[in-house]
Amino acid sequence: MKTSIQPQPADARRNDALDEAKRLELYRLQVEIRDCEQRAYDLFLQGLVKGTSHLSLGQEAVAAGFAAAMEKGDLSFCTYRGHAHTLARGVPMEKVLGELMQRDNGLMRGKGGSMHLTSVEHGVMGSYAIVGAHLPIACGAAWRAQYKGQTDVSVCFFGDGTTNIGAFHEAVNLAAVWKLPVIFVCENNLYMEYTSIKDVIPAQLQHPAADRASAYGLERIVVDGNDADAVYRSALAAYTKARAGGGPSLIECMTYRYSGHSRADPAKYRPEGELEAWKARDPIKLYRQRLVEFGIGESQIKRIEDESKRKLDAATEACKAAPPPPESILTTDVYADGGWAWRN
Amino acid sequence: MAELTYRDAVARGIAQEMERDPDVVFLGEDVAGAGGVFKATVGLLEKFGPKRVRDTPISEQAILGAAMGAAMTGLKPIAEIMFSDFLAVCFDYIANEFPKSRYMSNGQLKCPLVVRTGNGAGSRFGAQHSQSVENWAMMIPGLKVVAPSSPVDVIGLFAAAVRDPNPVIFFEHKSLYAAKGEVPDGEIVDTLGSAKILRPGKDATLVALALMVPRALQAAETLSKEHGIEIEVIDLRSLVPLDLQTVLGSVARTGRLFTVEENPRLCGWGAEIASIAADEAFYDLDGPVVRITTPHIPLPAADNLEDLALPSAPRIVDKIRRCLNG
Repeated sequence: MKTSIQPQPADARRNDALDEAKRLELYRLQVEIRDCEQRAYDLFLQGLVKGTSHLSLGQEAVAAGFAAAMEKGDLSFCTYRGHAHTLARGVPMEKVLGELMQRDNGLMRGKGGSMHLTSVEHGVMGSYAIVGAHLPIACGAAWRAQYKGQTDVSVCFFGDGTTNIGAFHEAVNLAAVWKLPVIFVCENNLYMEYTSIKDVIPAQLQHPAADRASAYGLERIVVDGNDADAVYRSALAAYTKARAGGGPSLIECMTYRYSGHSRADPAKYRPEGELEAWKARDPIKLYRQRLVEFGIGESQIKRIEDESKRKLDAATEACKAAPPPPESILTTDVYADGGWAWRN
Repeated sequence: MAELTYRDAVARGIAQEMERDPDVVFLGEDVAGAGGVFKATVGLLEKFGPKRVRDTPISEQAILGAAMGAAMTGLKPIAEIMFSDFLAVCFDYIANEFPKSRYMSNGQLKCPLVVRTGNGAGSRFGAQHSQSVENWAMMIPGLKVVAPSSPVDVIGLFAAAVRDPNPVIFFEHKSLYAAKGEVPDGEIVDTLGSAKILRPGKDATLVALALMVPRALQAAETLSKEHGIEIEVIDLRSLVPLDLQTVLGSVARTGRLFTVEENPRLCGWGAEIASIAADEAFYDLDGPVVRITTPHIPLPAADNLEDLALPSAPRIVDKIRRCLNG
């Protein structure tokens, strides 16, 4: 799929409110996500990550840009491809890897698994594995903020394939009608699962989310999802609008996943050269170049990269040493009393 | 004490909880301005305003999803799904989202909400607006499932449902909306998971729910008067939690167990009761557990056919009489 995005000239990129600390944060988040996702992949190959897993390799800039623009109380609603968004909110790598490895030190002690990462204390209100299910749920969280006069914003991430499921349309419509402080973020990585998104949307549409925004009275927004600064700016504008009572935004970020849909998918459906072309626009490589361009020292950049590796290695070792969850938690937390009793 | 219809009890029950707690909000299709298609929510918009009583688009997934998101983050939503048949178009929330979020998150997420829905046959609406689907909810771990049979229970069990910290599916029977009953003044709060023995009897236990409760009582009256058979009638009131102590205690006294349910035959709630009785009350039983159900068919629209399909008081009488005399 062609994108309508033109890379911005360097001068325009420089001339904005992003200070050096924010740029370093954006870089750090992307590097940590990349490292952790790559490690998750390696741990599969070693048989240490069980079940399935959906990696965000190549899509790091979207998670980093939205998270870096959030305020502490803002709420993230993620999909099964949610490791990146969970890490971006500050959830420790050990908690994420522990859950992928189904150990007792995992974020949910192995009860949820890779597709359901949740950390309420970090504002990660769940990762949802039924496509589209969380868009209405994010509306509900936003409705609560509106009802109680609270200023937090709910941000809901989903893939391009989600734009064809009913819940997407129900949620975007409800959010527009009720003017809810919710941001819908479509990560368009060109493939719904194994099928190209362009094969399953009308030929007249170029962008599965943005080109449908007008149906709900929303602005058409397409962002270069491999440019963390562009994502950050777009996110900040949407949060500001939502906090001011301006209602929802629907933002489509153009990006690309380097791996297949899930661990089972070798992604052989891709045309030759496509992966390489996107790797030439790798978000982390691009961002590193930009940092250098803006005069940030190599040693400072290297420190971020080394620190990420150090944290990741420590997290990996902790997870390898962690026991599986105890059998005693099999029946806990089915009901709010902590148990599972359905009868007397 | 006043006589109230089941329909008016719904509005009173919602109002009681909305007055008590400003975090209780109510949403659904045509529930506000129109007062509900069954007129069960008349007056709530006027009393609580459009911020708390909200009309929604025809978007069942958005209704239940929004209720869940609001519940997770601090509100106590009441969501209406107009006809319980429509739970099928938003079943993801019933089956995958509400009941699993707490478990999957290892207790981090909460989902305190109530879904009210018009359930059951008798209105001649045909197969897609008449089903009794409380068994759909019963089979899912993590939900609570309530189905009141009288106006006073509507208010008391509804209050218990709203105050419960779990997702509760609250089945109102459409054919009971016009039924009347005595309701005390003031606040009414009941308990989920407490079945009620509505009529004592020594010869057999008859377990019923919702619309089948008045029919079971009518059948018990006929069996007593015309055949000298004394039936103990139990109104389950909730399927989850399930008050088996009351049911099995009754079976220990009577030695026979009948269930009467509106669900189609396969996997109706009576099957679970029968299975549990076989496991745990086998030596109390003097004969097989007998289920009286709707046949395993879609429901027809024609009044004579719909009446034929549903368990009626004469059918209950006939079945019990033949089983006990046989």
